[in-house]
Amino acid sequence: MTTGVKTAAAANPPAVPPTASSAPAPRRNWRSALRAWSPLLVLLVFAVLPYSTVSVPGVFDGPLNGPGTLQLLAICLVFGGLAAGYDLLFGRTGMLSFGHALYFAAGVYGTDILVTKAGLPLWQAALLTLVGGTILAGLLGAIALRTAGIAFAMVTLAFAQVGAILVARDFGGLTGGEEGLSLDVSGLPAMLVGVGNTVNLYWLALAYLALVVFVVHRVAGSPTGRVLAGLRDDERRIGVLGLDPYRFKLLAFTLAGGLATAGGSIYCLLVGGASPHVTSSELTLSLLVMVVLGGPGTRWGPVLGGMLYMYLDHRLTAFGTSSAVDSLPGVLSGPLSQPLFVLGTVFILAVYFFPGGLASLSTRLTPLRPLLRSLLRPTHPTRRPPAGG
Amino acid sequence: MSTIVLLTLTGLGLAALYFLVASGLSLVFGLADVLNFAHGLFLSVGAYATWWAAGNLPGAGPSGFGFVLAVAFGVAAGAVVGMAVELVMIRPLYSRTIEQVLVTVGLSLAGVALLQATWGADPRPFPRPDWTQRVTSVLGAKVPNSGILLILAAALVLAALLGFLRYTRYGLVIRAGVENREMVTALGIDVRKAFTLVFAIGGAAAALAGALGGVYFGSVSPSQGGSLLIFAFIVVVIGGMGSVVGSAYAAVAVGLLQQFVNYYGTSGAGDICVVALLAIVLLLRPQGIAGRAATT
Repeated sequence: MTTGVKTAAAANPPAVPPTASSAPAPRRNWRSALRAWSPLLVLLVFAVLPYSTVSVPGVFDGPLNGPGTLQLLAICLVFGGLAAGYDLLFGRTGMLSFGHALYFAAGVYGTDILVTKAGLPLWQAALLTLVGGTILAGLLGAIALRTAGIAFAMVTLAFAQVGAILVARDFGGLTGGEEGLSLDVSGLPAMLVGVGNTVNLYWLALAYLALVVFVVHRVAGSPTGRVLAGLRDDERRIGVLGLDPYRFKLLAFTLAGGLATAGGSIYCLLVGGASPHVTSSELTLSLLVMVVLGGPGTRWGPVLGGMLYMYLDHRLTAFGTSSAVDSLPGVLSGPLSQPLFVLGTVFILAVYFFPGGLASLSTRLTPLRPLLRSLLRPTHPTRRPPAGG
Repeated sequence: MSTIVLLTLTGLGLAALYFLVASGLSLVFGLADVLNFAHGLFLSVGAYATWWAAGNLPGAGPSGFGFVLAVAFGVAAGAVVGMAVELVMIRPLYSRTIEQVLVTVGLSLAGVALLQATWGADPRPFPRPDWTQRVTSVLGAKVPNSGILLILAAALVLAALLGFLRYTRYGLVIRAGVENREMVTALGIDVRKAFTLVFAIGGAAAALAGALGGVYFGSVSPSQGGSLLIFAFIVVVIGGMGSVVGSAYAAVAVGLLQQFVNYYGTSGAGDICVVALLAIVLLLRPQGIAGRAATT
């Protein structure tokens, strides 16, 4: 019985009181059921999206099932998952890591090198990479977690920098240096190769996102997740309770690293190779931007933030070179053609004015809801609240 | 022998560059607890302001007194940008450390993109006096003059900073603030004025590093600040956050280690050794070489 109540409470968003499901009103019941199942509905919509030939002018170039659109969507999905994994560190445990790009890059380069240079089949390469990346995260985390706070941020940054140097200097001719390493597709399964099969990669990316969200959600809801939230809020108290903060932080760090490595493997397939920019500290910084824009510590905020960031990053480049921007005076058109300028500025404004990110928008708009309702039903004067008119 | 002298002096030149960036970073972190990711932007602002002044400012130019004027303009621009960042962006978020870091991260992304939009992503040739492109013979080694210029400038900045911190009233406030900010506030001293001052000093030192680094590398590009910043962070952590002297020692250690290992080992191995040094220092002495004190 207790477990039944617990799952109902966990499935409902916190805004709905847990008694709502047992309330007699059928309307409300229907609504809360919809809210509980809405993630699956969204997943279903995304899964059947490639069957639609609708084109959305201005949002995407070409129809929704075109390879270009699908690839952009798939990249957005991978980064949504990546941001959700990073949020396990930043939003849920309170660890500010500046080196998360390292594990993503380990996934990208590990898969690429094992397939292209060692000639392994894809599933072996991906599995080996996943294991290797997770071990790497565990080892480096074990050292970095000897420090805390800002020092931890710097140490992770320095470790990621070593990764960037190793890739850029091309030791042993493995990484291809500045030019990157394109994936040798001859040994891959046929269904993952070629422009016509982008849709399979899209589904792979969607599955990755679903997996990450599921894992993060399960971890956050478990007793371990409560300890992680406790570490974020007051680490000393967790220590006083007799739990070892170091172990739990290392667990979160390793898990997040492993998830990022898996994302790297899929990204490698998606873009058909590896390039050194995935090792840059800028990538970690943009992960931070995604999480903060979306709403740290929430289930959908980081996913939303990651997808929106990558979408804007890709589309703003096209927008910046469009005629509408070019016709503006030079003072405006120059900065607007730089996606990072727009995103950086939005990010700074978000830190000041929207501390909860996109996920907090619905609660922030709650006070406006009665007003909206009264505006939408002007034909029923009896239902209008007396003060609302 | 001449190789060792050459490597030592070029290593010290690199160390001088790191020190100029790290000293401001360290003071800002020690006093205001702000991990300033926008510090690399100050460096780029200094470099671009010097480059712009040498071409456009009346009286300034690529050689002689005109060059000194151009560098002075760049340093002033760095100080003004540092002050503006503190007053407009950091101050409203006082005592919210994570948000301050996030804002400086956003600023570094947006600022570099703005520089790129204005002057392009490609490196621009930097104006430099003829004598900085020649070499001086020291103990049989031919050392580039620009490296010697960097070392002298860094030594001057170190001496000036120490003099300022030890013998002036504001220096006293900063030193006390680094050690115990709450106590200084409790004594009725407005520490936030010192925050602005420290940001201005840090901005000026970083801008000087940008201008002289431009002379050293011969070109200026928007992303230059970011790549130097990571090593400056390492120097700050090794030296002890908040300590100017610690930064100086750590900069020398990092610069020399990097230069020697890169020469005798494979290229890039020096950078990795520096990170290994960081890991060792953190494991043995997490508070850094000097600990938390501004001038020891």
